[in-house]
Amino acid sequence: MYESLLNSPGSWFADFDRLQRELQQDFATIGRPGSIRAVASGAFPALNVGSTPSAIEIYAFAPGLDPEKLDVQIDRGLLSVTGERESACPPDNGTLSVYANERFAGRFKRTVSLSDDADPDKVEAHYRNGVLHIRVMRRESAQPKRISVQ
Amino acid sequence: MSDKKAVSRSERAKEVETLLPRVDVFEDKDGILLVADLPGVPKDKLELRVDNDTLTVEGEITTDMPEDMEAVYAEVRLARYRRAFTLSSELDTARIDAQFRDGVLNLRIPKHTHAQPRQIKVKVA
Repeated sequence: MYESLLNSPGSWFADFDRLQRELQQDFATIGRPGSIRAVASGAFPALNVGSTPSAIEIYAFAPGLDPEKLDVQIDRGLLSVTGERESACPPDNGTLSVYANERFAGRFKRTVSLSDDADPDKVEAHYRNGVLHIRVMRRESAQPKRISVQ
Repeated sequence: MSDKKAVSRSERAKEVETLLPRVDVFEDKDGILLVADLPGVPKDKLELRVDNDTLTVEGEITTDMPEDMEAVYAEVRLARYRRAFTLSSELDTARIDAQFRDGVLNLRIPKHTHAQPRQIKVKVA
């Protein structure tokens, strides 16, 4: 019995290894900057937020979407991304088996709170390779200025 | 022996530093459909390999981040995806069809024609 377990090609131990890696990825979030609106790892789409002196950069990892159907809104300092993704499951004609169903399907909404200096009138959004990149410019008055010493 | 162990351990360490792409796997009578999410990977950074019975999907995330950007919050912390699958012998790896669009990979792995189910007629002698 033990021999057959050890010889099973990849599956048993590979799955265990995969589980361990998933756990490591989940726990990696502890101790890093988090947001009050952060949800458990695996939320769709995954978000990365960056900051430059002139803008706030938001990257939403949302593959397989129609950019026309993505809804990006800014309301009172909250930026929200709403959309829907269809399941890739082919129609079942009686012979279909599903072995893995990890990809997200259905409606989603994710929200990011913007800092006070964000300018809701200056926003650009691009969708490329399955990543939605939103750039919210900071207000001119809030941008760092060099003061010349007389 | 100990050398071999050290190598496999460093390989494992390298493996840990990749993201595990989420997949859907479906099977019908003609073959297997594998759908994988690889957002941020351009077509030229996607790598598909079949080595004996192992299918490996790898991809590198390339996003045009401004140079002076500081990360404020990140859920995607690594820039590489990797996942390997063991294929069974009835799958025809020579006829794999791959499509990659908007960060979603669609792999169709057909079964060998001789492995497809056939209705067997029972003859009465």
